[in-house]
Amino acid sequence: MNPSKSGAAIVASYADTPLRKKVLRRIRNRPTTRGAAILLGILVLLAVLAPVIAPQNPHDLASLSVMDNRLAPGSESINGMTYWLGTDAQGRDMLSAILYGLRTSLLVGLSSTVGALAIGVAAGLVAAQFGGVIDAAIMRVVDFMLGFPSILIALVLLASIGRGVDKVIIAIILVQWAQYARLMRAAALVERRKEYIEAAVNFGLPTRHIMLAHLLPNSIGSVLVVSTISIAGAITLEATLSFLGVGVPVTQPSLGLLIANGFEFLLSGEYWIAVFPGIALVLLIISLNLVGDRLRRSFNVRGS
Amino acid sequence: MTAYVLQRLIQSILVLLAVSIVVFLAVYGIGDPIELLVPPQVSAAERAAMIRRLGLDLPVLQQYLVFLGNALKGDLGRSFVHGVPAVDLILARLPATFELVLLAMSLAAVVGIPLGLLAGLNPESRPSRAIMAGTVLGFSLPSFWKGMMLVLLFSVALGWLPTAGRGETVSVLGIQTSLLTLDGLKHLVLPALNLAIPNMALMIKLVAAGTSEAMTQDYVKYARAKGVRPKRVVGRHVLRNILIPVVTVAGMEFGSLVAFSTITETVFAWPGMGKLLIDSIYQLDRPVIVAYVMLATLLFVAVNFLVDILYAALDPRVKLTGEMV
Repeated sequence: MNPSKSGAAIVASYADTPLRKKVLRRIRNRPTTRGAAILLGILVLLAVLAPVIAPQNPHDLASLSVMDNRLAPGSESINGMTYWLGTDAQGRDMLSAILYGLRTSLLVGLSSTVGALAIGVAAGLVAAQFGGVIDAAIMRVVDFMLGFPSILIALVLLASIGRGVDKVIIAIILVQWAQYARLMRAAALVERRKEYIEAAVNFGLPTRHIMLAHLLPNSIGSVLVVSTISIAGAITLEATLSFLGVGVPVTQPSLGLLIANGFEFLLSGEYWIAVFPGIALVLLIISLNLVGDRLRRSFNVRGS
Repeated sequence: MTAYVLQRLIQSILVLLAVSIVVFLAVYGIGDPIELLVPPQVSAAERAAMIRRLGLDLPVLQQYLVFLGNALKGDLGRSFVHGVPAVDLILARLPATFELVLLAMSLAAVVGIPLGLLAGLNPESRPSRAIMAGTVLGFSLPSFWKGMMLVLLFSVALGWLPTAGRGETVSVLGIQTSLLTLDGLKHLVLPALNLAIPNMALMIKLVAAGTSEAMTQDYVKYARAKGVRPKRVVGRHVLRNILIPVVTVAGMEFGSLVAFSTITETVFAWPGMGKLLIDSIYQLDRPVIVAYVMLATLLFVAVNFLVDILYAALDPRVKLTGEMV
């Protein structure tokens, strides 16, 4: 790794080679990464297909039977259905709840990452392009945000705006945009010194065009690569907030909230209510981390 | 040096001021606490009296200035729920959180430094790879999940340790502590371990990176050439040189340990500041939330300030230019 060379520069130099093939080959050649990528694919597929494959709609209270509450894995319901992973305190099939929970967790993780990326990339680009007071102001805010533990910022924000899927997404965007802004600014500053930008400036192209058509596509690579791992971070944060009871609402439980619901029954030996969603969450986070880390190394990008 | 200290001091005060504005607006500016505090059957006159008593009828800016004026006198408002000063409520919970954080930091150092050395000295060996893989898990797994697994393993399956609470405490100089009773220590082990894991991982990474870098340095080659025993090279030369950054980062992590203790304290029902924060969020006890954030920020800022100054004092190579990074 050559520290004097930025991630974006390396990404750019890769552009001459069939990049996609190269990265795909690297992922395929590592058994751990290949396993993680396959697992991640399965989890995403399960989440997307949840309404089709789940034995029960866990959001539909009418389909639940309180008589079936806290049944052990493999028990049968009154109407002959098998609860492969048991049921929770409301008599909800855990397998269905986990499939839907996976959906909520992924939805929050992906949309908050996209939102944070958009804001962070815009802020970093503006800071790098205009410099001076604008740059200083944006970077002071970034330093300020990064100076506080993310969990604390999100907790306090949610304490004032209340819980909800949209609100959790807002909280995670607020926590995560700053790191993207810092990365984007660094990448764009390197790119701006290059001759093609100078040529574009001398050519009299409008600043907006230079920023959007030249600077943005050439410096966003490293930020995008880092964002893969950040999805795992966003999912972890969402799960933590939901576990603490300030995240998603009870009507749309994510994996974190399912674990919180099961936690009180853990001590009485009804482990499945908390442990199975816990396993799903950890598989999701680990597979995202492994794939993201391999991507980062393949593109030779230094993390934030 | 004096100029640098002064500059950092002014920066710290500006950060505190900015936090006070942001938090005050976020917590008081959005929503109406009175809806939640006053039961619907209360008469309009009583309601108005309550709003006046809590100062909620004033414009937000005026409320903030009153808040700021009081804050400078050490008064961060009264808890809506408990009716006592919020600062007192938090300070009463401070010792419980501090002993948790202190034990977690010690655990992280005692376990992390030797493992980091091991991994840094033979980076290609099997145990080192296992240690480094473990650090990835230590970083990426959610804290509440690790806590739950610890409870499941050590309390439910093995029955060795209690699951919740602080256990027996003794009073030392008027402060209740669990560190000096056997029952208290038993209660403390799991939460402290859970809080320590990410920090342990960080410590291992730092020490391993520092060690493998230091081993290639000239002073190590020279010591070896001189015939110094390998153990002494590591203990006397390598360790000394990597400890300064390790101590600095450990100090800076103090703040995030306090913040992350909210999760650990919730999992283990540990009666510290973090649990108080979560409870206050449930009860919409705004003064306590604001007071917690202000005190936590004061703590972060104070610790970072001290670490910066100590770092500069310890390492003569650091130039005191006052450039904030």
